[in-house]
Amino acid sequence: MSEEFSYLNQLGSDKGDLIKGLQLVQSREGYVSDEAICAVSKHFSVPEAEVEGVLTFYAQFKRVKPGKYQISVCDGTACHIKGSTQIQAWVSAELGIKDGETTPDGLFSLVTVACLGCCSLAPVLSINGKVYGKLDRKGLTRILNEYRKMK
Amino acid sequence: MANIKRIKVGTASCGLAAGSGAVLEAVKRNAGNIPVVEVGCIGHCYAEPIVEVECEDGSSIFYSRVAGTDDAARKIIALSDEGRFSIPEKRASLEKNIVTRLAGRINPVDLAEYRANGGFEALKRAFSMKPEDVVEEVKKGGLRGRGGGGFPTGMKWSFLAAKKVPEKVLICNADEGDPGAFMDRSMMESVPYQVLEGMLIGAYATGATKIFIYCRAEYPLAIKHLTLAIEEMKKAGLDQLAGREKPLEITIKEGAGAFVCGEETAMINSLEGHRGTPRFRPPFPTDSGWNGLPTAINNVETFANIPPLIAMGGEAFASVGTEKSKGTKIFALAGDVKNPGLTEVPMGITLAEIVYDIGGAEKGSVKAVQTGGPSGGCIPAEHFDVKIDYDSLKELGAIMGSGGLIVIGKNRCMVETARYFLSFTHRESCGKCTFCRVGTTRMYETLERIVAGNGTEEDIAFLEDLGPKIRKGSLCGLGQTAPNPVLSTLRFFRNEYEAHVKDHVCDAMECRALVDVKLNTDKCIHCGLCIRTCPVSAIGPDFKVDNAKCTRCNSCIEVCPKKAISRVRKGEGFNSSISK
Repeated sequence: MSEEFSYLNQLGSDKGDLIKGLQLVQSREGYVSDEAICAVSKHFSVPEAEVEGVLTFYAQFKRVKPGKYQISVCDGTACHIKGSTQIQAWVSAELGIKDGETTPDGLFSLVTVACLGCCSLAPVLSINGKVYGKLDRKGLTRILNEYRKMK
Repeated sequence: MANIKRIKVGTASCGLAAGSGAVLEAVKRNAGNIPVVEVGCIGHCYAEPIVEVECEDGSSIFYSRVAGTDDAARKIIALSDEGRFSIPEKRASLEKNIVTRLAGRINPVDLAEYRANGGFEALKRAFSMKPEDVVEEVKKGGLRGRGGGGFPTGMKWSFLAAKKVPEKVLICNADEGDPGAFMDRSMMESVPYQVLEGMLIGAYATGATKIFIYCRAEYPLAIKHLTLAIEEMKKAGLDQLAGREKPLEITIKEGAGAFVCGEETAMINSLEGHRGTPRFRPPFPTDSGWNGLPTAINNVETFANIPPLIAMGGEAFASVGTEKSKGTKIFALAGDVKNPGLTEVPMGITLAEIVYDIGGAEKGSVKAVQTGGPSGGCIPAEHFDVKIDYDSLKELGAIMGSGGLIVIGKNRCMVETARYFLSFTHRESCGKCTFCRVGTTRMYETLERIVAGNGTEEDIAFLEDLGPKIRKGSLCGLGQTAPNPVLSTLRFFRNEYEAHVKDHVCDAMECRALVDVKLNTDKCIHCGLCIRTCPVSAIGPDFKVDNAKCTRCNSCIEVCPKKAISRVRKGEGFNSSISK
């Protein structure tokens, strides 16, 4: 295995940990690259095609490098009722990217997620795991500007 | 004035999202020698951030919507009258806190505190009984699976207990995937030991040697608390069950974002490292589950019910609820309601009591309630006198499900709501069964067409024909229930579908393709905020909204201080491409 992915050795080679292995790769690299698939395949002795089959099944795994700040707009039921479609449209308009894309400067990426479990604060989005609730137009711009300033 | 014993700040996910992190810091900065602890969620999410001041005399003072400032913190420590919060009486009289008794009241990861409040007493009681008697006790309690299936827990356990093999598996389903449901998250974050105690009792009763907790990765705090709690339990030797040689194996596995993995056979596949597709049944998991071993799967809330059930005894537990649905249910109330949050109520309570009395929704403002998330159905306001249990909601074409209750206001479009649920299920269909894979996609496309104003009456007939076929042609619960939102909205709100396809009208003004945006010049004060806000420059210097450019994003409607801009029926607004 290439040294780059030697951290996989902290897991056993039990196939039941394949998803855990992919999660470990993603937490380190931010996404799962072709090279990572090869490494995972060798580590668990599972064909590369099967590794890719498993990872594409689960929404959590990304095959392209995400932005520095990952925006997840919640489109769970409560958020949807509270206008998450608008939130998505606003974020898209502010950043010029669509669902699944990254801004050219690599600063922001945008995904829609099913439910962040903060339904009572709908509509919500999270940026790198930090949740912002009860969003409105002005609040959204303010939040995005804060991150823009941080760079 | 009473002396302060300690101060508790609610820092479950909902509290943190409302800003309790800053509150915690502020309180700590100003508390001096008074201990400050983080606690979970008491269910009143609408009032977050919540701070509870525990006094020496045993009384408690709650503060709601606390600001994260030193000033606010000092006021609380001085026991100011400002911002005090008490649970509305009506709500308190309807709720019954059996399972959530300790949620948000104790430090979630402090084993000693859980014990001091009666924790692990039920385990002790279980150990004083024979395993088969524990199963009998659960049967007597009439507990049914809280994940939505409603299968009797005692019976499931007896199937597993009957297998005489050295290795057996118990799985805790913590893959709470229904959008709109968050009771399991709250229980894991707030009382992880209670959930774990339920699992230990389950393992003792069924003879399971291995426990998996399959938790969705979107719940990092729940995973953190469970991990800490398991470590503490191991240190205290609690993983050593009575009469066993080896300690119990407890493993947390993180899900990876697939709704279908909440289905038990799909979950087993996922735990084995495969794609999470469901399996044929039989063989049932209790015959051949994880790696071929007998396996029983119970939901988080089901496990959280076990310690109180065993502690109070099956008979006392069964004294609450209806004939066929015993005990209480935790509902996650969200949507168009004043007081969203968690509420534990006895089975048999009416929807009206939950929506109006507990949720604080105004009568007349509610159109329907969606129960059971995307697998459930909508129940219109005129049926709110229905008593909630597993069976009564089925008769209305809905299900109780795992406990998500989304309140849908009068200003929402039911066709759009159905479209939304299908956008979810068709995306989450694993693709194994053709009727689910293709059928939900066709349903979704048809609904897209209708909300875009391009639907026909044949589309309605098509949906009604396809729904039952998807139900029959699907292997697992996802496909079997996916048509529910469509069929139930068709049953109760057929007029809305017809208005969309016949007159191309959306009375709720929600479907973008069927509305224009119009500025009422009588109300307008020419402040120009809308012009500056519009992302597509659709509002000219003459304060006319050009509907040819407008994307119906609502930005201007939101910012207008005079509420001068609103949605109107298609054709009633200005449109440059038509007027030229």
